[in-house]
Amino acid sequence: MTVFEKWSEARGREIIAAHEALEGATLPILHALQEVFGYVPREAIPLVAGALNLTRAEVHGIVTFYHDFRERPPGARVLKLCRAEACQSMGADALAEHAREKLRVDWGGTTADGRLTLEPVFCLGLCACAPAAMLDDRVVGALDAARLGALLDEAGRR
Amino acid sequence: MNPRLFVSRDAGALALGADEVERAIVLAEQRRGLSIEIVRTGSRGLFWLEPMIEVATPEGRIAYGPVRAQDVEGMFEAGLLDGGPHPLRLGRPEELPFLKRQTRLTFARCGIVDRLSLEDYRAHGGFRGLERAFALGAPAIVEEVVGSGLRGRGGAGFPTGIKWRTAAQAQAAQKYIVCNADEGDSGTFADRMIMEGDPFSLIEGMTIAGIAVGATKGYVYVRSEYPHAIEILRRAVDIARGRGYLGAGVMGSPHAFDLEIRVGAGAYVCGEETALLDSLEGKRGMVRAKPPLPAHKGLFGRPTVINNVISLASVPIILAEGATAYRDLGYGRSRGTMPIQLAGNARYGGLFEAAFGLTLGEIVDEIGGGTATGRPVRAVQVGGPLGAYFPRALFETPFDYEAFTAAGGLIGHGGVVVFDDTVDMARQARFAMEFCSIESCGKCTPCRIGSVRGVEVIDRIAKGERGAENRKLLVELCETMKLGSLCALGGFVPYPVLSALTHFPEDFGIAGGDAEAA
Repeated sequence: MTVFEKWSEARGREIIAAHEALEGATLPILHALQEVFGYVPREAIPLVAGALNLTRAEVHGIVTFYHDFRERPPGARVLKLCRAEACQSMGADALAEHAREKLRVDWGGTTADGRLTLEPVFCLGLCACAPAAMLDDRVVGALDAARLGALLDEAGRR
Repeated sequence: MNPRLFVSRDAGALALGADEVERAIVLAEQRRGLSIEIVRTGSRGLFWLEPMIEVATPEGRIAYGPVRAQDVEGMFEAGLLDGGPHPLRLGRPEELPFLKRQTRLTFARCGIVDRLSLEDYRAHGGFRGLERAFALGAPAIVEEVVGSGLRGRGGAGFPTGIKWRTAAQAQAAQKYIVCNADEGDSGTFADRMIMEGDPFSLIEGMTIAGIAVGATKGYVYVRSEYPHAIEILRRAVDIARGRGYLGAGVMGSPHAFDLEIRVGAGAYVCGEETALLDSLEGKRGMVRAKPPLPAHKGLFGRPTVINNVISLASVPIILAEGATAYRDLGYGRSRGTMPIQLAGNARYGGLFEAAFGLTLGEIVDEIGGGTATGRPVRAVQVGGPLGAYFPRALFETPFDYEAFTAAGGLIGHGGVVVFDDTVDMARQARFAMEFCSIESCGKCTPCRIGSVRGVEVIDRIAKGERGAENRKLLVELCETMKLGSLCALGGFVPYPVLSALTHFPEDFGIAGGDAEAA
């Protein structure tokens, strides 16, 4: 389980300063912000824009273009289920439906108790052991109803 | 000498429990008061046997798999450390039919060496290519790569050497080598395996490219979905730099070359080379119109060689063995070897590196062993989400860039996803359009709007609304997207859609095989 920090402007500036000298620093900065806060806080956008000499609209455009960057804090854990073809061929669609029903969330949603966010992913490169998933940083292959159930149980625990 | 155990730490093996197996090995070791050397390797690519572990014996390595944590204690009891008999014993891995039939050049070390040991890398032929590159000098390196016939393994199949020659001839104070490691195609994992299992081969290949075209800086753009590859690459770059294989004077030569690892952010279109360059520059990953070619105006407007991971990781062996040895393998204008990735519902899923020219049927039925579910193979999608669906009737097609184009498809990055007879091909066609609509960068109208309309038209066909008319509309829409899109995303999505419609018309409400009605 990942513990994210609460947004603080001082911390945000510190993260931006650590990466702004890189060539093409936008993505490294956004990744670093999300790593610390769990998402890219709206308050960080003008700071990134200022540091990189971009407009706020440009930074907002970049944040929203990439699927990885969240605009809201995620749950305590994040479960990504692969929805791409190789996993489809092994029944991923039915498993995903089951997960959404059990958790009562849609893609990108967080359970009411805040414990788990469910995200779609299009390929984890685990196509020879499909269907695949990733719970936080841990990869899981050869998912079936039982293994998915165990994952959901694990993710639901405090 | 301490006993040596080799444990695959490839993400695929981890997904199947390699971590738990390694913990069980450490427990069994402690219980016996032994001191075992555990070598962490990549995967040999036989995923139905992962987690696979190997033990060094006087007769060579002996493999066991698929190993679960609860098997480990019994394996120790059975004399694992001497290669003793056990139901999971596979014997010498090189003798397994799946491996024996391969020609491993790019993947020669993957799954065998300690992936972060420079000593292991050297002992297994590493840096011979770079040493020869120093001796040859820049123009001769380029001609060697041209002469090898190597074509871009990312999917487009453009001759790698020609890209290099163009960038070498460009005049600029700063040039770049960019490695496209945004392996987004479902059914492909060759890039991931080489980055996790033999990262120094990619570093060596990029260094050779740098010397060849006069570039001193390289970037690897890795997709964020590959956290293990990112970690291994970063460590490998640090190790190589610390030992003088990257930096101001590479291996004591006058050549400077250094590398940085950058992480993507979940946009499929960034696998397209110009969108990737925009993303590296810190922008939205929007496709650029060509010309100018990246070799003339690439990253930050400077001459840039951008190649796929496998293209670059194949360069060291080409330099080490010579262009002829590589060119002598293959079929037609597809020279050398291709890592074929058997995926999805394949019984024997994994990585199979072979010279071009195997037929699709040999790959799916003989090597892949049909389906994992045991049902008949109905369709295989070759080349990722933008690749065509092939029916059995086309299984004679040889694995070759031109032959696949002639058959209405593409080999792409070499992924082969197997589907059994429960697949609904209209649903697969719809998914292709939907995926395109989600991932379109939005720059050109045929892709951005066409994919949305495509989903709607397929939905109407599925509901039986004016079937013949809507099928005709779908074909016309696909023609427009094919001809009018700026890049391969909108331009190639007609491959899966039209191949599904042509070869599986019954799934689109057309009576048995009457494809003309489409």
